[in-house]
Amino acid sequence: MNRDHLRILLPVLSLGILLAAVFYMQPRAMSYFGLNLLFNLAVPVALATIAQMMILMVNDIDLSIGTFVSFCACVTATFVQTDPLIGYGILFAAILVYAGMGAIIYARGLPAIVVTLGMSFFWSGMAVLVLPSPGGSAPDWLRTLMTAKTPFLPVAIIAPIVIAVVMHYFIKRSSLGVLLRGVGGNEQAIERSGWSVMGLKAFAYGVAALFCVLSGMALVGLATSADANIALRYTLLSIAGVILGGGEFTGGRVSPIGAVIGALTLTLAASFLSFLHLSPDWQIGAQGAILIIVLAVRLVFTRREALI
Amino acid sequence: MVENQNVIGTEEVPIITLGDAGVSFGPVQALKGACLSIMAGECIGVVGHNGAGKSTLVNVINGRLTPTSGDVSYDGAQSVADFRNAQRARESGIRSVFQELSLCPNLTVLENYRIPYRNMPIKGWRKNAASAVLASLDAVFPDHGIDPYSVVADLPIADRQMVEIAIAFARRDIDARLVILDEPTSSLDGAIADQLLAYIKKFCASGGSIIFISHMMGEIFDVASRIVVLKDGTIIENDAAQNFTRDGLVDAMGHVAPDDQTRGADTKRRDFGDEVLRMENGLNACQGEVVGLAGLAGHGQAEALAKCFLERTSDWSASRNPAVVFVAGDRSRDGVMPLWSIMRNLTLQTLVEFSRTFLVDRKAEQNIARTWHEKIGIKTDDLNNPILSLSGGNQQKVLFSRALASSAPIVIMDDPMRGVDVGTKKEVYRMIRSEAEKGRTFLWYSTETDEILECDRVFVFRDSEITAELKGDEITEENMLRASFEMQEAGE
Repeated sequence: MNRDHLRILLPVLSLGILLAAVFYMQPRAMSYFGLNLLFNLAVPVALATIAQMMILMVNDIDLSIGTFVSFCACVTATFVQTDPLIGYGILFAAILVYAGMGAIIYARGLPAIVVTLGMSFFWSGMAVLVLPSPGGSAPDWLRTLMTAKTPFLPVAIIAPIVIAVVMHYFIKRSSLGVLLRGVGGNEQAIERSGWSVMGLKAFAYGVAALFCVLSGMALVGLATSADANIALRYTLLSIAGVILGGGEFTGGRVSPIGAVIGALTLTLAASFLSFLHLSPDWQIGAQGAILIIVLAVRLVFTRREALI
Repeated sequence: MVENQNVIGTEEVPIITLGDAGVSFGPVQALKGACLSIMAGECIGVVGHNGAGKSTLVNVINGRLTPTSGDVSYDGAQSVADFRNAQRARESGIRSVFQELSLCPNLTVLENYRIPYRNMPIKGWRKNAASAVLASLDAVFPDHGIDPYSVVADLPIADRQMVEIAIAFARRDIDARLVILDEPTSSLDGAIADQLLAYIKKFCASGGSIIFISHMMGEIFDVASRIVVLKDGTIIENDAAQNFTRDGLVDAMGHVAPDDQTRGADTKRRDFGDEVLRMENGLNACQGEVVGLAGLAGHGQAEALAKCFLERTSDWSASRNPAVVFVAGDRSRDGVMPLWSIMRNLTLQTLVEFSRTFLVDRKAEQNIARTWHEKIGIKTDDLNNPILSLSGGNQQKVLFSRALASSAPIVIMDDPMRGVDVGTKKEVYRMIRSEAEKGRTFLWYSTETDEILECDRVFVFRDSEITAELKGDEITEENMLRASFEMQEAGE
């Protein structure tokens, strides 16, 4: 059992405890339909969290995820639905813009936090241009996909598992994933071995953008319409999700499985607080408190590790 | 790859040939007219003092630096000096282990094997990587006890160095033919270092080549078949190892002819005041003394200075009567405020001392800046110009004035003359002398011998410990080199 295993233990435990508490208070949630309700909004959050993880993995941080997902949702609810070709073209171009942003951040030595903060206003403006007032509608196939009645387990459970497993193999097991994590761990070592750090960073940003696009589409599939502010919360949720899942801000220490679990935990925490009949005014504060508790426990864990 | 197969074993073709290669960074010539060729089966020991050009030479060989003059040829091929040398070096089987560890701490041992391996077959790579790293570890360091699946950050520093060395020797699509080891034993204990030396001999016997850089004379003489001595960017000796003695090597690294002899006499031999500073490791200084910290770069001098400074300052507030001030050597990292004007940079240290109120005393600030502008001769018309409008030497003058303007009795200098022109250096030496005569104490870490010779007393560091204290006439380049290089047998 190495450090990575210990790291994943805590998110699994916190999700388990939270789930047990929810089932205890509301036994009817322990059903196909109940689970779907509890977790279906977790799918876009999980996708956005993976996107944030890609950025944190290369020692940067992305503050534009919320507005970018909103923009993607707006494009999905309008162009993708009416003129698919133009719609997918826009989304594809947006991914290229993201990859280019990653390359520029590296080439010019810019702080990612500033560049992405600036870009967040750009995406926000673009979203309003595409969809000035809430509306639009989801493409039929997307609606069908997100609300499909799969046997045994609902989509809301299957999708996060698929995301986690695919990304685990890509990031933790593949040889390309090693290079990407290496950029976060020791950029100089990667460069000395003759790899293009710029290319790797651009690639990481591009993959992040792809996941944001998927997140925006999933969101429209669930909500059936979009709004320029639909996903603003995702910026902070995604950062919290990665950290909750055992990732760290620097050093390329991330875990895709942990990140997905972190996203599920954060979504579940909101439902849990509703079950407690806590007034919505207090919910955000209480969510923060849950986050602080989990991270405090993790600190105790890592301190102990350091002592051994 | 087929070409490589042909070359291996045919000992006529050198793996690499440097023909009159030179590297200059702006006006600084880091390497001058280097001629060197390395044949299969050779182990080349490279020695030299700080700034002698060891790392430049190594970087030219592994292709990371393109020589600005002369040429490099790999495997006797037609040499073209362009940016693709790194790839050529890789294809001729040249690999490097750098002095500072260059593993990714967040990855496992086997994943780190992946990073320098460019064309790794993807299928089943984890299993292959694990067995390749393990095989190499077993070969170089028998009984190492390192699990290739463990995360590097979890390993102790000696194990990390072992992993790095093993990865450099591990099998890949192109065999290792020339491995550059830069201070490979710095974190290894004696027994493990011996294993490495034994492996190096075996590797060379089977036709591989090694470039071995070390400050341990014993190790150099143990493994090297040929020794290259560098000084001031020039290869001054290049001969079979048996033609050298330890003392001869130290002499070769030092100055050939001592220049101005007259200096020392009139400036030294003064009476100093009471002892004002003493540290656990034995470093001490008296009032009015200029104390030098010498030794090879990275042997704990900067840490000793930082400790000395931090022990004497508060984390919370600046004092009106500071005990100690600091002159930074790495200007861009811990010296200048790049967006500020010259004046603001100059008065940063003394803001609290000279402003009696909560607000900055603009008049006092300007006075200080004007005084030092004249005193130290900063070349500018207007002190309100941005600091980056100045040349490196003048920026450093500003940092000196920042420290000297303060009333602090102790001044700590962390190799402050890096990249400063000779004229400025002379002015600053004079300034330091006159300030010392007024009763200030200077702690001066420098990688340049000329500067250390200016000091009244010198402590030589090796492996973060003081190995010699030199006074008066004992302060010579030879004595310093002797103390900075480990003269004992390896492993003793």
